[in-house]
Amino acid sequence: MSFLPKPKFRHPAIETNDLGFTHRDYEGAISTLCAGCGHDSISAAIIKAVYELSLPPHRIAKLSGIGCSSKTPTYFLGASHGFNSVHGRMPSVLTGANLANRDLIYLGVSGDGDSASIGLGQFAHSIRRGVNMVYIVENNGVYGLTKGQFSATSDKGSKNKRGVVNNDAPIDMVSMAIELGATFVGRSFSGDKTQLVPLIKAAIEHRGAAFIDCISPCVAFNNHEGSTKSFDYVRAHNAALNALDFITPRAPISTEYEPGSTEVVRLHDGSSIRLHKIDANHNVHDRAEAMSAIHRHKAAGEIVTGLLYIDEDPQDLHTNLGTIARPLNELNAPELSPSQALLDKMNAALR
Amino acid sequence: MPIQSVNDFVVRFANVNGSGSASANQLFARSIMRMGVPVSPRNIFPSNIQGLPTWYEVRISEAGHMGARGGSDLLVAMNPETWGEDVADIEPGGYIFYDSSRPVPKSAFRDDLTILGMPLTEICLKHYTDPRQRQLFKNIIYVGALAALLDIDLAEIEKLIGEQFRGKDKLIAPNLQALRLGYDYAKANFACPIGVHLKRANAVGDLIFLEGNDAAGLGAVYGGATVCAWYPITPSTSLAESFMAYCKRLRVDKETGKNKFAIVQAEDELSSIGMVIGAAWNGARAFTATSGPGISLMQEFFGLAYFAEIPAVVFDVQRGGPSTGIPTRTQQSDILLAAYASHGDTKHILLLPEDPYECFEFAAQAFDLADRFQTPVFVMLDLDIGSNHRMCKPLKWDDSRQLDRGKVMTAEDLEAGKEFGRYLDVDGDGIPYRTYPGTHPKRGAYFTRGTTKDRYARYTELAAPYIDNMERLLKKFDTAKKYVPGPVLRKASRKTDLGVIYFGSTSASMHEALDMLEKDGVHVDALRVRAFPFSAEVSDFIAAHDRVFVIEQNRDGQLRTLLMVECGIDPAQLTSIPHYGGTPITARFIRKAMSDAVNKATGAGRKETIG
Repeated sequence: MSFLPKPKFRHPAIETNDLGFTHRDYEGAISTLCAGCGHDSISAAIIKAVYELSLPPHRIAKLSGIGCSSKTPTYFLGASHGFNSVHGRMPSVLTGANLANRDLIYLGVSGDGDSASIGLGQFAHSIRRGVNMVYIVENNGVYGLTKGQFSATSDKGSKNKRGVVNNDAPIDMVSMAIELGATFVGRSFSGDKTQLVPLIKAAIEHRGAAFIDCISPCVAFNNHEGSTKSFDYVRAHNAALNALDFITPRAPISTEYEPGSTEVVRLHDGSSIRLHKIDANHNVHDRAEAMSAIHRHKAAGEIVTGLLYIDEDPQDLHTNLGTIARPLNELNAPELSPSQALLDKMNAALR
Repeated sequence: MPIQSVNDFVVRFANVNGSGSASANQLFARSIMRMGVPVSPRNIFPSNIQGLPTWYEVRISEAGHMGARGGSDLLVAMNPETWGEDVADIEPGGYIFYDSSRPVPKSAFRDDLTILGMPLTEICLKHYTDPRQRQLFKNIIYVGALAALLDIDLAEIEKLIGEQFRGKDKLIAPNLQALRLGYDYAKANFACPIGVHLKRANAVGDLIFLEGNDAAGLGAVYGGATVCAWYPITPSTSLAESFMAYCKRLRVDKETGKNKFAIVQAEDELSSIGMVIGAAWNGARAFTATSGPGISLMQEFFGLAYFAEIPAVVFDVQRGGPSTGIPTRTQQSDILLAAYASHGDTKHILLLPEDPYECFEFAAQAFDLADRFQTPVFVMLDLDIGSNHRMCKPLKWDDSRQLDRGKVMTAEDLEAGKEFGRYLDVDGDGIPYRTYPGTHPKRGAYFTRGTTKDRYARYTELAAPYIDNMERLLKKFDTAKKYVPGPVLRKASRKTDLGVIYFGSTSASMHEALDMLEKDGVHVDALRVRAFPFSAEVSDFIAAHDRVFVIEQNRDGQLRTLLMVECGIDPAQLTSIPHYGGTPITARFIRKAMSDAVNKATGAGRKETIG
């Protein structure tokens, strides 16, 4: 196995965004995941979201843990710094990176094994600290790289490829994220680009801990009858609470909805999310309501998707720590190292 | 015959944890230092907040010996629970000062001791009504009594009380009153001073008095650390807290009131080191402070940082292992754990400070080394120097000193078309260039991962680029030998074929033992190693001596193992002298162990000359 760069050929009339980049400039190396893997669709959605937001690719840092999902940062945003860290520990590395330079956009990519099993603690604590990041879990309910063991998000009663039934209760990451104080929580499906792309865009523009649980079927080990994370199952049981458009001040609104069923959620940078409520009762600003919707639909055998919860005015870790506006990694000796004169004073006080 | 000694004795306070004795005892130690007589106090405390026995041992030594001595000349017995062992530990002809409010049977003492009973509780009951005051002032009262018994200048203590309560002036008068109460009682009831006592001297000079952890925290501020992620663990907690306190004082932007630092108390040690690595990857100077169990938990990350070449500074304030081991006792038993931390072929830079002065200096230097070599650097303190006040040289900083950020390619470099290969050895020293994330729109981005990569950070699992990378890492480690603090040689007064190697907190006792051995007629050249990797001076030293002792505070002779393996030394040439009970090593122990070993080797003939 080796590094497979994508050829640089492109259509001469290829579209560019406001920065003059084409979507090719946001691609990475050729994916080595299985053909048809849901994760590749998520990579494509990330590329599309960042391209459409016209973000300079080098101002994004992408970090991951270990597993199939964590391999994907190689396959998107090739001009961004990437960090493939330790199993289950992406959140701490991302937190540290964010402390050093608050000006970059941090994209954490993880899987259900990486975040719900070995990394449950780090997932929880990075969310409760309010780290300004987009945390995407590519959730397939299975350990792919080690060939098909159940993960902690596998539903009770679901079957693996060999027909063995999972008896353990599943961990629902969106409920946890809401409970732990995430200020942006969504769930989507790798097969639903129209929902996923605007969700990622909104999460990027959100200035706090944004969490997206993206169900992403594993074509090799978890796409069979009896699995609750297969393409067929998720399509049949998807209960979208809302459809959303992400609107920048520049981009025109393309979709039309029934009057009265839309709500505009404004974000800090002047952009907004236009929410089309499919479930008229769902209030995205209410934590308790979000939890109740998740449980209500779950009891009915459905998987809720869409934007589940948002706090448009979040406080992030830097606000809580009271750090200066400048990135800490720009500071140098004169600002950081006090003087000998001061040391003399301290020495005198230590006698 | 009662012990007679001026400016050279040990006072041991036996207290109950949580009784407020710590500040009174420190007041006692400081007042002696103010009289120009060197002191080295040690806390001996249990893993407990209230109720269990705790000791404070103050060695007074005009000659400047800072190591633990062993035994006590004067026992201040404030804890009936440990009475038996405390009394047994007093040197022959010693003194015991105790609370005589309740009668103690004569059989509980020893015939050779001078007994000084003072009804402390009774006095407190008479003078104070508040139970907390009765407890706290009891401590000050015994300090007053000791001032009379030991001839400590009362004015020095009064001055210290004034300094201690500056801003809380209401507390000064009652403390002075309690002090006087004890002093007057002792003057009236005992023959003051007793055989062991103080005399004003001039042996302190400009030395300062602080804890190693405190010094290291300040060193991290001077060294430019901006990110600290840590998890509480004894005995390292006070290091992170010291950094926090100094940052609040020195690193808050005057105009905006905002912090030029970020400190996060993480959920565990794994997260602490993860944050440090993330921050350092992104160009901030970052560190964590921990102890042995924390180092164990961080192992996987150390491997990643080593192979992915990310700077990280780790302070390991060593204690006895394991997690439920002897967490409040000192050891140097993480040497191998840190030197080869993680899975795979890894080696790390270790710095081995001997006292608070070096804790400060090495703390600051660790950040330069970590950036220069893009690798974890371990500063190996231990409980003995970390959480005890020690006298040392005043701290020094060169105002013209720049932070050595190592090889970092800038946006200008990249724009100018300079070739960038993240793992490319451009200068032949094994150290590649790195870029901080977000530097340049088109160039310099790379993917950080372990070892599945080539010189340009492109993914590969092939053997040749793997080996190429591993060889370069070795070369880089070799380069580090020239940058780390070199060993310090102390030659014997005459030519000898005996050598001794030691490090860290053993230093003070070692120097005292060397003086004793010289007097015994045993001449030993001594080398203090201050870092790993070892420079050529270390192997040259071993080669130049027939027999070399390695003194260290662990069971297995970990430094000895490291010397054997890394310098290719014949095990027969290195004699291990281990000390690992959790108490600090003493000169008496070293002298005896070395004498025994030398005698055994040279036969009984020399025995008379060696004590």
